[in-house]
Amino acid sequence: MSGDLALQTPPLTWLDVGAAAEVPYQGARRVETDKGAIAVFRTVDNDYYAVMDKCPHKGGPLSEGIVHGRHIACPLHNWSFSLETGEAVGADAGKGCTPTVPLKIENARIFLGLR
Amino acid sequence: MAFHSEPVAKPRIVVIGAGMAGGRIVEEILKRDDRMFDISIIGAESCATYDRIQLSPVLAGEKTFEQIVTHSQDWYDLNGVKTHFGSWVQGIDREARRVVLHDGQTIAYDCLILATGSDPIRLPLPGADLSGVVAFRDLHDVDLMQKAAEAGGEAVVIGGGLLGLEAAYGLAKRGMKATVIHLVDVLMERQLDAAAGRLLEKALAERGVSAVLNAQSEAILGETHVEGLKLKDGRVIPASLLVMAVGIRPHVEPAKSAGLTVERGIVVDDQMRTSDPFIFAVGECVQHRGQCYGLVAPIWDMCRTLADVLTGKNPQAAYLGSELATRLKVSGVDLYSAGQFNGGDGCEDIVFRDPARGVYKRIVIKNDQLVGAVLFGEAADGGWYFDLIKKGESIGEIRDTLIFGQAVTEALAGVDPNAAVAAWPDDTEVCGCNGVSKGTVVAAISGGADTLDKVRGCTKASASCGSCTGIVEQLLKVTLGDAFKAQTGPKPMCKCTHHGHAVVRQAIVEQALKTIPDVMQALKWETPDGCSSCRPALNYYLLCAWPREYQDDPRSRFVNERNHANIQKDGTYSVVPRMWGGVTSARELRAIADVVDKFNLPMVKVTGGQRLDIFGVKKEDLPAVWADLNAAGMVSGHAYAKALRTVKTCVGSEWCRFGTQDSTGLGIRLEQDTWGSWMPHKFKMAVSGCPRNCAEATIKDFGVICVDSGYELHVGGNGGIHLRGTDLLCKVATEAEAREYSMAFVQFYREDAWYLERTAPWIERVGLEAIKARLFDEEARKALMARFLESQAVFQVDPWAEHAPQSEPAKVFSPLADLRSEKKEIAR
Ligand code: SRM
Ligand SMILES: Cc1cc2nc3c(=O)[nH]c(=O)nc-3n(C[C@H](O)[C@H](O)[C@H](O)COP(=O)(O)OP(=O)(O)OC[C@H]3O[C@@H](n4cnc5c(N)ncnc54)[C@H](O)[C@@H]3O)c2cc1C
Ligand code: SF4
Ligand code: FES
Repeated sequence: MSGDLALQTPPLTWLDVGAAAEVPYQGARRVETDKGAIAVFRTVDNDYYAVMDKCPHKGGPLSEGIVHGRHIACPLHNWSFSLETGEAVGADAGKGCTPTVPLKIENARIFLGLR
Repeated sequence: MAFHSEPVAKPRIVVIGAGMAGGRIVEEILKRDDRMFDISIIGAESCATYDRIQLSPVLAGEKTFEQIVTHSQDWYDLNGVKTHFGSWVQGIDREARRVVLHDGQTIAYDCLILATGSDPIRLPLPGADLSGVVAFRDLHDVDLMQKAAEAGGEAVVIGGGLLGLEAAYGLAKRGMKATVIHLVDVLMERQLDAAAGRLLEKALAERGVSAVLNAQSEAILGETHVEGLKLKDGRVIPASLLVMAVGIRPHVEPAKSAGLTVERGIVVDDQMRTSDPFIFAVGECVQHRGQCYGLVAPIWDMCRTLADVLTGKNPQAAYLGSELATRLKVSGVDLYSAGQFNGGDGCEDIVFRDPARGVYKRIVIKNDQLVGAVLFGEAADGGWYFDLIKKGESIGEIRDTLIFGQAVTEALAGVDPNAAVAAWPDDTEVCGCNGVSKGTVVAAISGGADTLDKVRGCTKASASCGSCTGIVEQLLKVTLGDAFKAQTGPKPMCKCTHHGHAVVRQAIVEQALKTIPDVMQALKWETPDGCSSCRPALNYYLLCAWPREYQDDPRSRFVNERNHANIQKDGTYSVVPRMWGGVTSARELRAIADVVDKFNLPMVKVTGGQRLDIFGVKKEDLPAVWADLNAAGMVSGHAYAKALRTVKTCVGSEWCRFGTQDSTGLGIRLEQDTWGSWMPHKFKMAVSGCPRNCAEATIKDFGVICVDSGYELHVGGNGGIHLRGTDLLCKVATEAEAREYSMAFVQFYREDAWYLERTAPWIERVGLEAIKARLFDEEARKALMARFLESQAVFQVDPWAEHAPQSEPAKVFSPLADLRSEKKEIAR
């Protein structure tokens, strides 16, 4: 990272938000933060992802949607999003994107990278 | 130093650890130059080097120990390698360059190689030191297990990874009743996806190994010897042998106390050199580029590199890390997993299932490269896929045939798919389900069957699971040329399958499919875990077909049914308690008012369904709101569910001057009969006390109009998007008959309609006559009612009461963590 950029972007702080097992298979849990809620997902392949819990369409809580493959279907109007990129996919591709949040699992606990 | 003063003396290599890496590094060095070094090897185990991987077949009685020795004492002797088996290295003196054995003996080195492997992790559970608690790592452990198995009885294995499953299988083969306890929902979840995991579970069950998933161990029970395992949820599983197979930890002790850089493993560079230039390390004890390994393939790569470096064959040789593949060693279970199937950005899955042969294959493609493969039931192509993954070349050209394996892909490389089909011999099987050959299909087409449906009709090809539809269409194209017009069969449920709802429902019952993964496997789903449109449908079909056996899957339900309330556009919820027949009381109204005050809720509204809707409840408050409503005797109104909603009533004979029957009372009883029943879509009822029909019964799914002589029963009404008035089903004389008909009608709808099909379109599709025919047959009607009551015995429960605040199910209603400045909490 160039010096300038490093000044502009505060470094990531990794925060322990709970045990990995607390997020149900093919499900999600929500983490409240000052900058809005974050949805933490666990897929059928046992991967974890985090995105901002706010659908770019009309703000639906993505954490309440159905997780299928590496996608989440919004509970309000069924747009689907990639959990990896946050981009809308399928019929609604290109219409919006929800920001992703860095996530890592260590010692069976979930860490979110927040700025 | 001796080595400098005596020019003829060879440099001395000392290897610590005579396991798989230790044996292999000696062999690799000798292969390159068998005279260059003076080699000694020290091993804590009392025997020479054996193939640790093969301990599983030894445990299962499929191999003997003699068969798995890779480097015997004789082999070492013949090659002039000095051995110290049964010796333990106690310390490394880096200054003097010598190692100290447990008995004080010292051995000098010029170059030291650490190959100390890893240690099994032991969970610190109460009772972990009882006798009968073992690991699965070395020959000694296998001896202990074999002895225990001679007495028979029950064995528990903690850990459903490769090692644990092989241990359980071996013990089951030796006659024990083996149970695997696994922390998550899927066996071998690091290597398998849920679909393959589920097939594995079944294959193991057939071999006498049962699995308890999603289970956390709490304590090992027993006085001096293990007697059982207690789980967190209170269950106790009896056991006279307990195997812990929960993972491994690199054995770093000698390296650490010698002051080498050690993190999780002994840190090495690409030449396998530790932080001391005279000391190298290979095998599971190593940490290379941040990674520790638990399989042998990386060890072979490491040993090749190190041997090249040490012998000077290629001083620049570099180990760059390894891709991993796993094969389970359980006889008759063909299972292979390679690369990643959770590959990150832009991955695409191709899934192939052959239920008849129990085959499931999934390959994962990313940026036109193969990145992962999971094979179950037919894993012969595993190595080929693994090669493609490692090569990382573009697979664009072979993409369409890749999933069918190496033979097909190579045979069809570069061939146009139509031409390829045309070139097939006549006896090639096209439709596996019905055993139809290409010749039969072509003959039928030539004989006049010029559409897919006609071919299906006369040959049955593609009529069952439909996955060969594409090939039959190609044959039509090839045979008919331009005369062929593409045509579609019944509309598929969604993009995950070729099948329409009817075929799926039928298969669930006929083939006794009882879980979502089972349905997906039997009907060749083309995605690993379905989508948001098929999963809720399958969940419903399964619970309808198998009310007692099916385990409801909340992750396959839409938000409202998962959270037992209606989500609003701002993410809050509305709560509608049941108000039987639209009748309420001072007590209920008071409880609702109290809830509104207590939780500071913004609105209460009278609904179009004759009850009260409380708006603006926060998700985390739902369990508490329900508890207060429950306390006043109210239950969920299922205003959120594909289930019975409301039963609207009018005041009827009790008060109204025109009322002919007790419409309010009948409405309440109908609601009591049917509440809680899951249906293909929502279901509404109404009872009007006279033909003035104040309860609007003729636009309901099931409506009753009371008349002097009895009750007119109306069905299939809908006031929604497409207004539809009811059809008159029949007239009955008594309330008992009206209730019987209502339940039989509901059950027929539940068993026959497609998911998300309300009664109005359903009746339009199947015809009123079909419904009359079924319901007027007394025996059939009674059977429907019996099945309905059977289902109600299971499902007529208040979901609100099951979510009492602080209970386990209520826990997920709260955030995982609250990091807002005013509160900082993490769920533990
Ligand atoms: C609350 C209520 C409106 C009101 O304030 O009166 C209501 C509210 C909703 N209706 Fe309704 N309907 C309500 C009575 C009705 C009625 C009248 C009735 O039941 O007598 C109808 C027409 C009758 C019928 O269904 O045949 C009705 C026809 C619909 C439809 C169209 C259904 C159709 O088959 O075409 C939908 C859309 C759907 O279900 O897919 C719908 C969907 C909805 C949803 C669930 C929209 C949604 O998916 O979120 C609304 C939920 C609001 C909420 O969060 O509570 N609502 N809705 C009524 C609740 C009744 C109850 O006590 O449970
Ligand atoms: C039952 C079983 C099944 C397996 N199946 C597979 C499989 O199917 N596929 C696969 O790829 N892998 C499998 N593995 C893993 C594989 O066996 C290991 O990756 C491999 O054995 C690691 O080799 P290593 O030499 O690093 O360690 P090890 O083979 O464990 O050898 C280390 C040796 O060093 C000795 N030692 C340690 N410290 C000292 C000391 N201070 N002094 C003297 N000696 C010491 C130990 O006693 C041990 O003998 C399996 C393992 C087990 C236990
Ligand atoms: S008619 Fe029903 S679905 Fe439409 S806005 Fe009103 S409540 Fe919502
Ligand atoms: S708010 Fe998510 S799809 Fe509309």
